[in-house]
Amino acid sequence: MNKELTKYYSAGHSACAGCGFPAIVRAVLGELKTDVVIANATGCLEVTSTLYPYSAWKAPYIHNAFENAAATISGVERAYEALKKKGKISKNKKIKFVAFGGDGGTYDIGLQSLSGALERGHNFLYVCYDNGGYMNTGNQRSSATPYGAFTETTPTGKESFGKIETRKNLMEIVNAHRIGYLAQSNVAYLADLKKKAKKALETDGPSFLLVFSPCTNNWKFPTSQYVNVGKLATETNFWPLYEIENGEHKLSFEPKKITPVTEFLKTQGRFKHLFKEENKPHLEEIQKLVNEEFARIANLCE
Amino acid sequence: MNKKNKKLALTGGAAAAEALKQIEIDVMPIYPITPQTTIIETYAGFEANGEVDTEIIKVESEHSAMSAAIGASAAGVRTATATSSQGLALMHEVLYIASGFRLPIMILVSARALASPINIHGDHSDVMGCRDSGWIQLFCENGQEVYDKTIIGMKLAEKVKLPIMVIMDGFNTSHSVENLEILETKVVQEFVGEFEAVSPLLDTENPVTYGAVALQNSYFEFRIDQEEAMKNAEEEYEKIAKDFEKISGRKYDIFEEYPASSAGKKTEDVEKIMVLTGSAAGTAKVVVDKLREAGEKVGILKINLFRPFPHQEIAESLKNAKEIIVLDRAQSIGTYPPFYSEIINSLYGNGRDAKFCVSTGREIKSYIYGLGGRDIFQKQIEDVFMGKIKSKYIQ
Amino acid sequence: MAEHGAIIKHDQKKSPKTGAWRYMHPEVDKKKCIGCGTCVGFCPDATITIENKKAQIDYEYCKGCGVCAEVCPMKAIIMKKK
Repeated sequence: MNKELTKYYSAGHSACAGCGFPAIVRAVLGELKTDVVIANATGCLEVTSTLYPYSAWKAPYIHNAFENAAATISGVERAYEALKKKGKISKNKKIKFVAFGGDGGTYDIGLQSLSGALERGHNFLYVCYDNGGYMNTGNQRSSATPYGAFTETTPTGKESFGKIETRKNLMEIVNAHRIGYLAQSNVAYLADLKKKAKKALETDGPSFLLVFSPCTNNWKFPTSQYVNVGKLATETNFWPLYEIENGEHKLSFEPKKITPVTEFLKTQGRFKHLFKEENKPHLEEIQKLVNEEFARIANLCE
Repeated sequence: MNKKNKKLALTGGAAAAEALKQIEIDVMPIYPITPQTTIIETYAGFEANGEVDTEIIKVESEHSAMSAAIGASAAGVRTATATSSQGLALMHEVLYIASGFRLPIMILVSARALASPINIHGDHSDVMGCRDSGWIQLFCENGQEVYDKTIIGMKLAEKVKLPIMVIMDGFNTSHSVENLEILETKVVQEFVGEFEAVSPLLDTENPVTYGAVALQNSYFEFRIDQEEAMKNAEEEYEKIAKDFEKISGRKYDIFEEYPASSAGKKTEDVEKIMVLTGSAAGTAKVVVDKLREAGEKVGILKINLFRPFPHQEIAESLKNAKEIIVLDRAQSIGTYPPFYSEIINSLYGNGRDAKFCVSTGREIKSYIYGLGGRDIFQKQIEDVFMGKIKSKYIQ
Repeated sequence: MAEHGAIIKHDQKKSPKTGAWRYMHPEVDKKKCIGCGTCVGFCPDATITIENKKAQIDYEYCKGCGVCAEVCPMKAIIMKKK
């Protein structure tokens, strides 16, 4: 096994073969310059890394519940300050606090906890690995599930083309807290992710990363494909890469030629139904949504 | 009384805050709810005046208050919070996680009714709603007890590595001003001792994982461990309460028998015993004095430690009573109220821990009183003793 | 006795050997591999190291997903039926 990559998060975890999030965790933690304490919301990452008696975590780690990773890390971070004040921890001992959550634990059930922790200004990085739904419980829709996607709670049928709502814009919500650094990245772009993780970890106070994390099992693509699927998400502008540093928007990647979003959608079984003749308007709608959102972000980045 | 002790006029809530200040809480996540706010407001005042070093986290909900408390306690520091009613109910999910992690977190509960209908006044519905959550539960009659039991409770929780709720009656106790004796801070600190973390997250040299998944092959054993720890808490409570008596002169057995002989044991002649807790016990004591003067052989068993529940000792105490009257300030809708169930559990059967089969066909009466802050008066308690109230509700 | 509070410590010896999951087997063609390391960071199980400028796979943990073969710019990793 690769020693450097398993410094904090080891092999032997039971994430699905070809899962996207392990590379995110390693890329982010690989940029640490200090000690770390990790909090994790309930979800795929947590379940697959802490199955008793084995923990894949070589750094201090706490999983509390589904909706409270941000509140939990708030408590850990304040405890660190309390011990420093008492002289029980040396002032020179730097610890960074990092929370991981999926989109269910972040966009939905954990949003209040995240908002509270961002507003209070704790010194922590929150990383949301976004696989567009409740994948750990077997593929139910979340507010991060894209328009038109099949999930077990937005099944397709005579009266249904999948999810009817568009995704919640979490970046906008987090940005409304006016934190120092937040960025949208993608596991398929590891160099981009590492660069952003470094900035986020160096931020004094809260920082946030929203990372695209393809799910082989429930998006229904072969186990070998997560990088290709991820690449297409960004090349089609479905998942633009950008950052907001001290309020300044900056685009991290602009495709030289824009690939139609259908190229991304057709790689996954969850969008298969959209390619039926009767669903053509929905495909057009998705392209329109992608164009509008990209234009909005690009405009902010000018 | 130690001359260095102070006499202060404080509400029950402020008494709790005073004790927390002396204990030196490292991290305190707080969120307001009536009638608990007297605690956190007093404590925030200490912070504003530089009287405490506590990191107070002003969280956005009680769920986050308990979640942050779990984070802080697991990180390796002394942690407390305070809540009531809906706030405690909102914490419910994470209460089990705190006890499962074996974290000695303290909640000061200003006990209040649960909605719906919404009601901000005192009863025990909220704490009874989490009586199976693996938390030690310690009831207080008045402000002095709140102060004393906060100190005892912190030491107990840290000794047995279980979280604890110290419970006062919302408004009746939390907002009533009493003249209290406050111990010297040095004495309190020596008594409670330094906080020693078991597996602190902040010890980055020795990394640990909190919150593992335990399946069919291991979950069961972890739950058994928790129960064993809780059982052990009873004996530890008794030891700690005895030590506390030495520094304060105030005695808190696992339950209180009233009237007590000079040895602290129940007066032998008591035939009718009323079981209850909280502020109503104070009222009932006055009634007992009056009735005894008139020749009635009445007495009280006041519950202090409710979790763990001291079945065996209570059975022993009630062994010779001719009539037992149990007063609950909460319902358990669909079955008998909580105290009543526990008393029945103590007295009947010889399985499990109830070693005393003392079912003798005696009358064991159950009454519910004080829901949503309804006052209970001396006259009503007297009527209960005299068998004049036929309904199961003291309205 | 079970661990206090179910709080556990990392111990690699206790880990499931996820190599047992594998039904497709990646093989590195050492002639084609240029040691660029593209596969390394993407491997979900951190099984790849570059030794002597060639990718080396730890089959004890490799689940056989095939991501490495897919991302290799030299097509130097071949998935084979085992």
